[in-house]
Amino acid sequence: MNGTTEHLSDINAPGATRTEPVVSVRGLTKRYGRREAVRGIDLDVHRGEIFAFLGPNGAGKTTTVEILEGFRACTDGEITVLGVDPATADGAWRDRVGVVLQESEPEPGLSVRECLELYAGYYRAPRDVDDTIALVGLTDRSDTLSSQLSGGQRRRLDVALALIGDPDIVFLDEPTTGFDPSARRAAWEVIAGLRQLGKTIFLTTHYMDEAEYLADRIAVLARGRIVAEGTPKTLGGRDRMTAAIRFTLPHRLAPRDLPDGLRPLAEARADGTTVVRSESPLVHVQMLAEWALGRGVDLPDLDIRRPTLEDVYLTLTDPTAKDQR
Amino acid sequence: MTALTLSANHDANGRSVIAMALHQVRFDLRALIRNRQAQFFTLALPVMFLVIFASIFGGNGHTVTIAGGRIDTGVAYVPGIMTLGIIAAAFINLVISVTAQRESGILKRRRATPVPATALIAGRALTAVVTALGSAIVLITIGWAAFDAHVPARTAPALGVTIILGAGSFCCLGYAVASVIHDQDAAQPVTQAVMLPLYFISGVFVAVSTLPVWLVDLADVFPVRHLAAALLTAYNPHTHGAGFAGTDLLIVAAWGAAGLIVALRRFSWVPLGR
Repeated sequence: MNGTTEHLSDINAPGATRTEPVVSVRGLTKRYGRREAVRGIDLDVHRGEIFAFLGPNGAGKTTTVEILEGFRACTDGEITVLGVDPATADGAWRDRVGVVLQESEPEPGLSVRECLELYAGYYRAPRDVDDTIALVGLTDRSDTLSSQLSGGQRRRLDVALALIGDPDIVFLDEPTTGFDPSARRAAWEVIAGLRQLGKTIFLTTHYMDEAEYLADRIAVLARGRIVAEGTPKTLGGRDRMTAAIRFTLPHRLAPRDLPDGLRPLAEARADGTTVVRSESPLVHVQMLAEWALGRGVDLPDLDIRRPTLEDVYLTLTDPTAKDQR
Repeated sequence: MTALTLSANHDANGRSVIAMALHQVRFDLRALIRNRQAQFFTLALPVMFLVIFASIFGGNGHTVTIAGGRIDTGVAYVPGIMTLGIIAAAFINLVISVTAQRESGILKRRRATPVPATALIAGRALTAVVTALGSAIVLITIGWAAFDAHVPARTAPALGVTIILGAGSFCCLGYAVASVIHDQDAAQPVTQAVMLPLYFISGVFVAVSTLPVWLVDLADVFPVRHLAAALLTAYNPHTHGAGFAGTDLLIVAAWGAAGLIVALRRFSWVPLGR
């Protein structure tokens, strides 16, 4: 499935209306009393895409996703999921939607396979039970009582239960919160595997590495608003930010010895390294390399780094930042 | 709070709600059979009570006065303890499991599927009725084997109907009580605190004929006494006719209906305790 490419070509095609968004949100607002949890957000999620809704705790992620799942009503806004307003959705709509809640325990007293058989009976055309167990990697635990599974295995059972109805879209609300690194990695593999099934995935998370690893597109939510939207590479203008070229000069040389093109950009750091801020790192690295080789100098710790997604995210969601309202 | 509508006979995909409820029963029963707490309350505890009470107060010519004559005290305990078994299966177990499933997000997750609410609720209620029948059959068997207590064939249908109607009504009351308990740890103490005093004044542990009148008048308000009385009528060898205790059954059903109204108005799929 090349859902992402398809979506990009849709955008580029003139007057593209062939695939309408799987999720379309305009002006979504949710108030609890006088507190505004979600303050007018717009977003589109396209077929076959993994969309990550990234934000710190309390940003309004769960409120938004629960409105999209039909569990809560919004105060204001126009929302469609699979062409239907979730607030008025019926069983036929739920047949096409899979949900992994942020907190839910396994069915007590039932084995993994029995849980899936129970849920399979709720759907019109469920997936095969054993295939679905294999998909989330629980085959060797299928006869284990679900209450005896580890945290990571329970989460994979949750994913299997959300998939058993063969939905078009799956909502995953913070699927790896509280996991150890290896359990998170295993859960990511499962989620990334859903892309192969052509499912549209709506993921909320407060881990940027999770969004970076999984998502085709990311929207960052902070204080009830979307503060940035883009691909993991372009989010928050990250692709246009200056790179830092860092190296240590031999003690007989100083930044003032650098060639003219580099000297104004260079800065000596207290730790003895030199940093060159560059908007065209390739040109400046070549300049640096020619200069160093000409002088017979090696720069063994040479390092070129662009701002990480984490740097961008922390800037975007900085709680001390002025609210632009 | 989510409003419930219990009107559709078929879900959006045209499947029968009854078929889906039966699907739910298969799994609810399986889970219940594996639940030690449920086994204890519906089976072990009633059997233990029947054996203890009937052995202490029954036999050796001890009898109690009931409508139409006197019967052996041990025999009289069979319908009394049956009341306790039915209430454990239909009310106590149901309140505990529904509260726990709601607070742990299980009901919410099921709500996210296309299964109709009616199928889930009816399925769980049917499970309770089946369990109540099972508990009653065990007690009748023990009564027959140990105390030579016979159910007259003439009143057996009435006994069956009474058990089913009683279990159904206590299910509705169970859903009503579950809807006001916010903490799953409170489910068991609350249900026991409600039921234990009622057992004592309703002819479950102590024959009503030995109680002071004012206590019986008090017990008359509540459904436990009427379920016990209806079971005794159907079980009593002195009963003439089919053994249907019309008034008692009506009062039990009225409590059930009141419970159903509360349950429908207050039922929640999402945790209340957070």
